[in-house]
Amino acid sequence: MTYIRSQFRHPNLPKNDLGYTTTDYEGAISTLCAGCGHDSISACIVEACYELSIAPHRIAKLSGIGCSSKTPTYFLGHSHGFNSVHGRMPSVATGANMANRDLLYMGVSGDGDTASIGMGQFVHVIRRNLNMVYIVMNNGCYGLTKGQDSATADEGSKSKKGTVNPFQAIDLAGLALELGATFVAQSFSGDKEQLIPLIKAAIEHPGFAFINVISPCVTFNNNPGSTKSYDYVREHMEATATTDFVPLKKEIKTNYEKGTGTDIKMHDGTFIRLEKLASSRDPYDRLAAMNALLISRSKNEILTGLLYIEPQSTDLHHTIQTSDRPLNSLEQYELCPGAMALADFNRGFR
Amino acid sequence: MLSKINDFVVRFANVNGTGSASANYLFAKAIFRMGIPVTPKNIFPSNIQGLPTWYEVRVSEKGYLGRRDGVDLMVSVNPQSMPDDVSSVKSGGYFLYDSTKKLHPELIRDDVKYIGVPLMEICLREFTDPRQRQLFKNIIYVGALSALLDIEFGVFEQLLVEQFKGKDKLIAPNLKSLKLGVQYIHDNYTYPLDLRLERRNLVGDKIMIDGNAACGLGAIYGGATVVAWYPITPSTSVAEAFEMYAEKMRIDPETGKKNYAIVQAEDELAAIGMVIGANWNGARSFTATSGPGLSLMNEFLGLAYFAEIPSVLIDVQRTGPSTGMPTRTQQSDILLAAYASHGDTKQVLLFPATPKECFEMTAGSFDLAEQLQTPIIMMSDLDLGMNDHMSDPFEWDDKREYNRGKVLNAEELEEIPRFGRYLDVDGDGIPYRTIPGTHPTKGSFFTRGTSRDENAAYTEDGTVYARNMDRLLKKWNTTKNIVPAPYLYQQKNNSPYGFIFFGTSTYSAEEAMDIMTRENLIFDAMRLKAFPFNKTVEDFINTHEKVFVIEQNRDGQMRTLLINELNANPQKLIPVLNYDGMPITAHTIISQVNKNLTPAKPLTYHQ
Repeated sequence: MTYIRSQFRHPNLPKNDLGYTTTDYEGAISTLCAGCGHDSISACIVEACYELSIAPHRIAKLSGIGCSSKTPTYFLGHSHGFNSVHGRMPSVATGANMANRDLLYMGVSGDGDTASIGMGQFVHVIRRNLNMVYIVMNNGCYGLTKGQDSATADEGSKSKKGTVNPFQAIDLAGLALELGATFVAQSFSGDKEQLIPLIKAAIEHPGFAFINVISPCVTFNNNPGSTKSYDYVREHMEATATTDFVPLKKEIKTNYEKGTGTDIKMHDGTFIRLEKLASSRDPYDRLAAMNALLISRSKNEILTGLLYIEPQSTDLHHTIQTSDRPLNSLEQYELCPGAMALADFNRGFR
Repeated sequence: MLSKINDFVVRFANVNGTGSASANYLFAKAIFRMGIPVTPKNIFPSNIQGLPTWYEVRVSEKGYLGRRDGVDLMVSVNPQSMPDDVSSVKSGGYFLYDSTKKLHPELIRDDVKYIGVPLMEICLREFTDPRQRQLFKNIIYVGALSALLDIEFGVFEQLLVEQFKGKDKLIAPNLKSLKLGVQYIHDNYTYPLDLRLERRNLVGDKIMIDGNAACGLGAIYGGATVVAWYPITPSTSVAEAFEMYAEKMRIDPETGKKNYAIVQAEDELAAIGMVIGANWNGARSFTATSGPGLSLMNEFLGLAYFAEIPSVLIDVQRTGPSTGMPTRTQQSDILLAAYASHGDTKQVLLFPATPKECFEMTAGSFDLAEQLQTPIIMMSDLDLGMNDHMSDPFEWDDKREYNRGKVLNAEELEEIPRFGRYLDVDGDGIPYRTIPGTHPTKGSFFTRGTSRDENAAYTEDGTVYARNMDRLLKKWNTTKNIVPAPYLYQQKNNSPYGFIFFGTSTYSAEEAMDIMTRENLIFDAMRLKAFPFNKTVEDFINTHEKVFVIEQNRDGQMRTLLINELNANPQKLIPVLNYDGMPITAHTIISQVNKNLTPAKPLTYHQ
């Protein structure tokens, strides 16, 4: 980790539509290990929120416990944050979202926090299609307790101590697809070009947007034989397509050749552009996504990119028909029926 | 046998799932409508259909609303439990049974009077539909009772009209069934019995409702908008009541959308997590659970205590430990709730004793939670929550304003140089908080269960940690004068002996005191309404030689709490306990108190 951050900022840092620079989206200095994949993901979150011109105070960042769950301190310093208890971030996010549907909920979790202790809540937050971004910083090990295998560690993967993991891995992206998640993506912390547009698309998605990001643990799981090391992931990554996110009202311009891309229209008119999409891939086809994921796994490859998106996604507020106004903004006169009504109730109880 | 007017216990022995509950309720409600104090209690199995279930109705001219042992009139419609039911009748009492089948000679007691009504035979004759035959059997025995006990028939007619409003065609067969019962008694027995009812004017404007419904309505009045819960007996009906009232009172007239959100969570851990998330985000939110759920919620309750997030939890206690007796009552979560979670924690508890208090305390708990920025745990129980109780009517003052506590809005944030989430600005230990999304650059902070400084920044500095823990203790001391004060039954001490009780033990404690007063045995008494205890509680203990702590658990948990928190002399605090899963009786209290008096006073409990 670094102890000192330079206070120098370029005086002419570019500003987004709201007049904010990327500095306004940064957090405290990271205390994670130097080179930790998680810090790269934090940087991508900063970049995505900056580029989408989301006012920082309209974002609530939530996490559980673990290295990954520490990261919300290191991004979006002007946003409210909630570092909850181990594996229970989804419930806190659910309550928060029910209270105020107008904020953006950025959830960050880890493989222990999600695939073990928090599996129950993860499964149910998907089931409810809560409107939030849920990023798993997945390094296949427990960092804070010094490197034990997690439930996402691949079978046969070797730890730093040299022990081989005998258990099969839980594939979070596959699970999310199976459970009916309405947005499922997979990426690598070292692939900023892919991850930033995916986070932007996840933010725009009206429902539960899941991104499983392989994020190597430089201290405990970056050794030869590990399937979550930088080298292994780089060698075994297979991208579904190159991803770009095109905001509303902006002219679609791209570096890619025209005619090779697929534009996915988001609910608010923005687009995710998937370039060079393999002809066999259809991002609206859940079955195909599950199939592609299984084939990749059988080849020991990590399929990345946007795996699936449900274009007709409707979130929990829509399902349970809550008020369009945030519930936390309702006034006493709208909530309390008053003495007259109570007299009626009393009559009914006699 | 002495004639007993308006003073007896009727017990119905039914089979679970046969529709007896509404017939029995009709019986109890009719007595209530005749202006006579009545206490119905449902004694039911943890089962949906087929097992024995009882409904006990105590009628008391004196207004005693606690449970009383001994059955004066048993209405037996369950052959399964008949031997036990016969033996539970008091000597000289009555046993009403379905005489379609002859009673087994072994079930005949010389000291019990038998009233046979061929319920099944009448049903088979009068109804063709099998479901109706089963349902109306219950109404026929209510009809028989109305003749035997002299219940005004007009009251039943009125109740049926109210009950089946909108389903008018159900009124006629119900009335017919009632009349069949009346007719059978008329033709075969001398009635009314010496055990009977006489109209009184003792009920006034009182209402009859269960505590859980009162909590649900209280939460509506208290402004709760987010409810997260997981089904568990006996708390389920709190969330269900909230939903029922919300559907009536909380639909936006313009859009038809809901001004509330109810999430049935995947477990109690998630339920309390949602409540904490919603309150953190500025909505009033609560959950309802029972012992096993409270056990699961412990970790989150520690977070809410330490991170200072308002939250409301309604614990409808049942018989523990573990799964215990899920459909029986107890006051046995006291210590678990008071110190919920690891580390140094203390939680604010409220002890409602009546439906009115369930309503008031639930509504008020949201103010308390936001004022104190901490969880508020309502300690109801199965007896209060699931049984109908006669209660003073609910009250609401339209001038009352929600107390949202120390929350800074955007303008206020603008005015202060720096916001420190955990700064003790006012010296009362209660810091200021902000709601996410309030101000573009000020007021945001990181909520965490880890140690932090006054500005909410992570720290492992022991001095800073201890300073924060001390401030939490200061807040705790502030809390003592904010929570409801105990109720004292006397202006000044009249006796060297005192009673301390709370919650549903109140009914029988008051009855015991009344009986003992008539024996010239005067006790002072105090009813606890909240934890932490304030000075009044300490003074009460200090100024009495002996204090009997009446509660419904094995280990005297409230007594332990008093000793621990007030440094009270354990020798002085005598436990009076009941923990068989049934509500405590005045008889139990009197006999346990008596054993500890020197010299013992030969007290008699008149039934």
